[in-house]
Amino acid sequence: MKKWIKLFLFLLLFFVLAYNILQMPSSFTIEAQSYNDAIWHYIDNTVKETGATNIIAAIIADYRAFDTLGETIVLFTSIVAVASILKVTDSKKENG
Amino acid sequence: MLDVIVKTITRIIVPFTLLYGIFIILHGHVSPGGGFSGGTLIGTSLILYTLVFGVAKSKKKFSHRMSEIAESGGILLYILIGIVGIIFAGSFLSNIDAGFSIGIPGSLFSAGMIPILMVGIGIKVASTFITLFHTLIEGDFE
Repeated sequence: MKKWIKLFLFLLLFFVLAYNILQMPSSFTIEAQSYNDAIWHYIDNTVKETGATNIIAAIIADYRAFDTLGETIVLFTSIVAVASILKVTDSKKENG
Repeated sequence: MLDVIVKTITRIIVPFTLLYGIFIILHGHVSPGGGFSGGTLIGTSLILYTLVFGVAKSKKKFSHRMSEIAESGGILLYILIGIVGIIFAGSFLSNIDAGFSIGIPGSLFSAGMIPILMVGIGIKVASTFITLFHTLIEGDFE
């Protein structure tokens, strides 16, 4: 019984993912849906609005600075997790 | 531990790699690069130093205490700049509206808060690299 539920859920997940893949844009020309106004806004107004000539830097540190803050917090969390697991502590030395 | 050739070459290369990393971080808003790639350069140069000269000597250059300060300092600098945005412009991490100088586009002192954020990210990434490497290598080389 459990096996069939698992199989059903995996099939459901497969169909959801397959459906999403079919929805992706098939043409990668200039008329594809992913090329929308945001790109042209960045290209036209980045220097005017931020003063940075590197558009990528302007996007990651100005338009999407909040996203980069999250990325930095992910780095912090990962290093805390690794250090808490792998660091050689004093109590371990006493035991071993 | 290692060859004299490796040690001499490392001694020559490490300062230049560090300088190049700092250059990439500070010119993140003008040329390709930025906090992540510059921080990686600084981190890898100190990893090279650790591999050649050993953990004990590298710990003197970059201790646990210093890595703690750098880890939290990078994030705190970032959040502090965000709070400056709240105070002067009313929204978190606002750039030119918060009174940061826009400067002349293309020069080093331009683009408002972007270079400051890049410095914060650079410190963070570099110290993450070094701390991760030190933590992983510590058990083996004592």
